[in-house]
Amino acid sequence: MIGRLDQIFVLLKHWLLGYLPESWQTPVGVIISVACIVGLYPALFAVTTVLERKGVGRIQNRLGPNRVGPYGILQPMADGIKSLTKEDIVPTSADAVVHFLAPIILVVTVFMGFAVLPMGRNMVLVDMDAGLLFYFAMGASTELSVFMAGWSSRNKYSLLGAMRAVAQMISYEVALLLSSVVVVMMSGSLSLVKIVEAQNHYSYGLPHWFIFTPWGCAAFIMYAIAGTAETNRSPFDLPEGESELVAGYHTEYSGFKFALFFLGEYVAMFSISALGSTLFLGGWMAPVSWLQVVPSWIWFFGKLFVSMCVFIWLRGTLPRLRQDQLMNFAWKFVLPMCLLNLFVAGLWRFMGEGWLRWVVCSAILILAYVSIGREGMRRKKFGPRNYRYAE
Amino acid sequence: MLGEGILKGLAETAKNFAGSFVSKERMTTVEYPEERLPLPEASRNFPFLVYDGEDWEKGLRCVACQICEKECPPKCIYIEKSKDKKPDYVGKPQIYPTKFDIDISVCMSCQICVEVCPFEAIKMNTEFELATDNRFGGLLLDRKELARSNEYYHEIHPTEATEVDARLAGEKAKVEMKAKAAADAAAAKAAAAPATGTGAAVAAAKPAASTEAKAAPATKPEEMAKVPAAETAPAAETAPAAAKPVPGTGSDGPAPMTAEEKENAETPAKPNEGEPKV
Repeated sequence: MIGRLDQIFVLLKHWLLGYLPESWQTPVGVIISVACIVGLYPALFAVTTVLERKGVGRIQNRLGPNRVGPYGILQPMADGIKSLTKEDIVPTSADAVVHFLAPIILVVTVFMGFAVLPMGRNMVLVDMDAGLLFYFAMGASTELSVFMAGWSSRNKYSLLGAMRAVAQMISYEVALLLSSVVVVMMSGSLSLVKIVEAQNHYSYGLPHWFIFTPWGCAAFIMYAIAGTAETNRSPFDLPEGESELVAGYHTEYSGFKFALFFLGEYVAMFSISALGSTLFLGGWMAPVSWLQVVPSWIWFFGKLFVSMCVFIWLRGTLPRLRQDQLMNFAWKFVLPMCLLNLFVAGLWRFMGEGWLRWVVCSAILILAYVSIGREGMRRKKFGPRNYRYAE
Repeated sequence: MLGEGILKGLAETAKNFAGSFVSKERMTTVEYPEERLPLPEASRNFPFLVYDGEDWEKGLRCVACQICEKECPPKCIYIEKSKDKKPDYVGKPQIYPTKFDIDISVCMSCQICVEVCPFEAIKMNTEFELATDNRFGGLLLDRKELARSNEYYHEIHPTEATEVDARLAGEKAKVEMKAKAAADAAAAKAAAAPATGTGAAVAAAKPAASTEAKAAPATKPEEMAKVPAAETAPAAETAPAAAKPVPGTGSDGPAPMTAEEKENAETPAKPNEGEPKV
């Protein structure tokens, strides 16, 4: 019974496919899975927007939207109808074809990432051997669509936003990859299914997630920072900083194309969170062994939900960075830490079992964190600003 | 250490998040259409016309002197005067506006009409929910829509309204007292004076009594008696022209008035401003 509930979606699909002739089963099965992914994540996006607006409202001691439906839960419907009925404006001097393609490419590449993510036991569209590589390839092509949008709009703000986005995404892409490489080093596979399975054992009822090791913890923190920057999420939302750039690369987008950008951004957040929980938080695994009775997909989406909440929490807390701060942080802090973490992961692997490797690896990482952090903050005056000429 | 501030900030926002569910005092907003914050007394947006008593049409303080219409910078006021007269608050017959329109889509809420009105007839309202579905005439308010009772004025601007009431009451009392004094003096003169001077004295006293609202410092009956009757009447007419220096218009004073307007504006509101006597 429990096993059935765990595999309910898989069994459902097989039952549906049973009515079809043999030769049809594979393509139709793929289409069903794709349709599920393409239908599910926009629905989650709708829920997340209202959750975010209400959450950020609460953080600012407001109520948030509460007019459409009970407690405002139907707000996404109203927003959706609004953006569908709005006029789609293309600037006369814009490159119409590229302008049209940019949001489509964004959404397509973002959804492609989900193809290799296991969303539960046996619930993965393609169990690719180079799954992680495929994921990052798809993630990197979102930069292309962002730049297409900024370039084709023929607007200063759009172009500036796009330039910022590309600079930021390339910088943090490096950190994102390097922080994930340690996981590949330890699990010995690029397949995301195998990476989850490598974490899938318990001792004393507690799981062997990669986050519960010194190198895993450090890599997870770096991954979270880089992932936030990669999805252009606050506090790294410079590409669309409304106080400087109107709306950044999607300034000239309206109506449904804008909604697609919005959707793409949120789905990218889901996908980066899903990858993060797959790499470090054991994917669809239960957090303690006796909770394994709960279906695996509930754990996966539970972890997704928690990471979305953290995203919202961060957005409600942190102010936007400055461009130079952003770049300094990427190249002078995150990148050295990631490189050091590669070394630490190797050390961990060859020091063998025992408590010594825990002490040594933790000490190296904490020492590096403190000293790089102190070096970075040296000669930085915090506190009220002095104005020399403005009196 | 690096990241300390972020953790502190996260703790603070988490506190806000949790606190907003338990304590109502934390909330910085109100749910507007259902809940409303009381408007501050000094708030104002568009003008309205004050009336005394129950009937808005009868009690309207406005005497259609058109000063506000002239002074209005965006020219959003339109007034048409009546042919007949009706008594004002001191009982003097005055003409009244048959048409008083304010286009509040043009009004810039400068309050100049209120400043220049010598009759305390136009005041600033606090109503702000003025949206209308009529695109063309919806924001053009006629005198019925503009009329609000004095009680309403007290409700929205209590301090100001009390001051205005006190001033009007004082004026009324003064006018009544003066009328009484003038009547008494005339009667006394008529009784005391020998038959030769009587005709002139009575003639002088009569116009003084009839121009009740003349706000000059009470003229002594003896002086009054000296002024020939022929000169008293023009004095009563010219005095209100300089009655109230309009604030903000500099040394030019109010626009020169036509004879017709002078007739209308026979009741200067502020007696303490002592206008020059001819």
